[in-house]
Amino acid sequence: MPATLTSVDAEGFGRELDRIRDEVIESLGERDARYIRGLIAIQRKLELGGRALLIASWFPPAWITGTAALATAKILENMEIGHNVLHGQWDWMRDPKIHSTTWEWDTASPADQWKHSHNFVHHTWTNVLGKDRDVGYSVLRISPEQRWHPIYLAQPFYNALLALFFEYGIAIYDLELERIPSGRKDPKEALAQLRAVATKIRRQVVKDYVAFPLLAGPAFLPVLLGNLTANLARNVWAHTIIFCGHLPEGAEVFTEDRLEGETRGEWYVRQLLGSCNIDGGGLFHIMSGNLSHQIEHHLFPDLPSNRYAEIAPRIRALCERFGLPYTSGSLARQAASVWKRVLRMALPGPRQRPPATAPPVKTLGAVA
Amino acid sequence: MIPKRATPSAARPGPAILRRLAAAARWLASPLLPEDYLGLINPLWTAGDLCGRVEEVIPETADAATLVIRPGRGWVVHRPGQWVPIGVDIRGRRHWRTFSLSSAPGRPDGRVTITVKAMREGLVSNHLVRRTEPGTVIRLGRPEGAFVLPESPPPRLLFVTAGSGVTPVMAMLDGMLGGAPAVEGPDVVLVHSAPTPDEVIFGRRLRSLAARCPRLRLYERHTRAEGRLRPADLARLCPDWTARAVWACGPPAMLDEIAAHWTGPTDRLRVERFRLVPTVVGSGGRVCFTRSGREADADGGTSLLAVGEGAGVLMPSGCRMGICYSCVARLRSGRVRDMRTGQVHGEAGDMIQTCVSAAAGPIEIEL
Ligand SMILES: Cc1cc2nc3c(=O)[nH]c(=O)nc-3n(C[C@H](O)[C@H](O)[C@H](O)COP(=O)(O)OP(=O)(O)OC[C@H]3O[C@@H](n4cnc5c(N)ncnc54)[C@H](O)[C@@H]3O)c2cc1C
Ligand code: FES
Repeated sequence: MPATLTSVDAEGFGRELDRIRDEVIESLGERDARYIRGLIAIQRKLELGGRALLIASWFPPAWITGTAALATAKILENMEIGHNVLHGQWDWMRDPKIHSTTWEWDTASPADQWKHSHNFVHHTWTNVLGKDRDVGYSVLRISPEQRWHPIYLAQPFYNALLALFFEYGIAIYDLELERIPSGRKDPKEALAQLRAVATKIRRQVVKDYVAFPLLAGPAFLPVLLGNLTANLARNVWAHTIIFCGHLPEGAEVFTEDRLEGETRGEWYVRQLLGSCNIDGGGLFHIMSGNLSHQIEHHLFPDLPSNRYAEIAPRIRALCERFGLPYTSGSLARQAASVWKRVLRMALPGPRQRPPATAPPVKTLGAVA
Repeated sequence: MIPKRATPSAARPGPAILRRLAAAARWLASPLLPEDYLGLINPLWTAGDLCGRVEEVIPETADAATLVIRPGRGWVVHRPGQWVPIGVDIRGRRHWRTFSLSSAPGRPDGRVTITVKAMREGLVSNHLVRRTEPGTVIRLGRPEGAFVLPESPPPRLLFVTAGSGVTPVMAMLDGMLGGAPAVEGPDVVLVHSAPTPDEVIFGRRLRSLAARCPRLRLYERHTRAEGRLRPADLARLCPDWTARAVWACGPPAMLDEIAAHWTGPTDRLRVERFRLVPTVVGSGGRVCFTRSGREADADGGTSLLAVGEGAGVLMPSGCRMGICYSCVARLRSGRVRDMRTGQVHGEAGDMIQTCVSAAAGPIEIEL
């Protein structure tokens, strides 16, 4: 149990993880390159196929398969491809077409803004209240440590809304508007970023809601609806998977004092305790962008995602050996757990969180 | 005249309707480019990421081969003697090296060739000579280099080559003499060194060209039996050598000796070096690549280009030996050592050549 985990153990745990990391990096090669190139080709063909089918969408089966293909392509593009390329997972190939510094993706956030808020802020300060802005995305109350306000009564409603319009939520969130009043963010910078977001949104809207529908001529409306459905499905899916990464029962939230003098080993432990996996098969892992291996992803954000499933059993065994919890559950269970938390935290309290499966760990500064 | 073939179609001013269509296609493909989808059908159609397909691999000697490449959309026609950066994926990682084009420009089949000699322990050269199958797609850069023939060749020329140094000269000879051997035209001498007759790259082609064409005199030097070619041998084989326009390409020692014994006008001796020989090695430092947010420790004997590539940074490059300036990047802080001269230099804001610069202490570079 973590209660017995001394900081020496954390260092031992960290050394083991570093070894796994080095091993994976050493063995990267042809097979991995073929994986990502193959996936990108499949995704693009799926998108082309979906859009082609939608042109014939006066025929209902074509609408259904076309929309499904397009939604799948959009999910792959955002999750297993975009998110992971932007993490620099494929930079080692030195292919300028698949590189974190050149990639742009089909979402409202421009890649460079998202890389700052996600790769740097969220992945460095994972689940630290007041530091990791992803804790509740600055609009949700997800921990009893956050002071309650009547506005939170509406959070189940606006969380559902957030799910539908997730990509726009993320884009606005990346602007860090809440930091402007305190002077921690230059309003001019925010304005410039807002313009970049607007440019991206304009291109997306023209493409999905004007250009392709117009190309379909008489099928204008079904194509528009198909594209809208694909975008909404992608948003809801991404929201669900991402919220299951850090919010289900078992994921811990930390206070800022946890960061003081934090060693590499302790950083690993915090990443582990703050993340939850989702169980599923190979296809599910790909569709989730391997965020179903949230733990492995947070331990090694820049290792290629196709390797997470391979190292997961070793990480799990390592956790067992060091007496650390490794949280994992089915999608249904984790999603229900997230919603339970969102609903519970909409109301004031509780003073103390109900006793977690793992007892509070003072030395780790976890607010269990 | 330098034959000019199709310029990149993206740059070709087409009818307004085509340009509009291209703009519309960009909206439809956003945030990608139309060519990203075209590349699914044929990678040679992506001009932004210029590719070529290896269509044939022809063995030349036991350790050298000619690769016949069909360049993709966006290829710029080269001048005989120029080199081209070639990007090859080995174990999933892209590696760039430069190779002289060994074919004359404007072949009727639209293809070009490079001829590669496998170096001992050479990563890319061995991969190209021994492990490259027809059908492989490689990346291409722009042809570059000043080791070329002037538009109208001078009346008397001398080529001094050794080993794979004959490749750029083959392109020049092909261009000048490849057609029907006219009696009129420049007088050409080629002095080529290789260890044995069997190891002469293009041996048969050169011999039959010389037999066919009285304007070409070919001297083969088989160094295993006869020893290395010295400037004195050159004076014996070609007494008027310093009165000719000379192109020399081979190992550094040979080139240095020729340069030292050259008495003709300096602009008439042109040399091409295949290799950067770092003369000075100092202590290195930590290198921070500011744009990609990566850091790496560099020793004083490794170029910043190699350090960046090792760290997964997208490093622009071309010749990789200090002549083309494709690799320049802005220095933000720290100082670098020029690996050719040992000179330590650099101020914040300087544009430095990463391929011939090593870190002299901690530096930040905008890449
Ligand atoms: C302008 C230019 C034109 C060139 N044209 C040709 C060409 O037409 N045909 C051709 O075969 N090569 C040519 N080269 C050389 C080529 O670019 C590579 O350097 C060479 O193939 C070795 O690469 P590698 O990856 O196999 O060796 P690496 O793995 O990079 O090096 C392996 C070992 O070989 C040594 N080495 C590296 N390069 C050379 C070299 N050029 N000569 C001797 N030792 C070397 C290294 O110091 C190292 O010890 C040219 C180079 C330049 C700069
Ligand atoms: S790559 Fe040509 S000068 Fe550096």
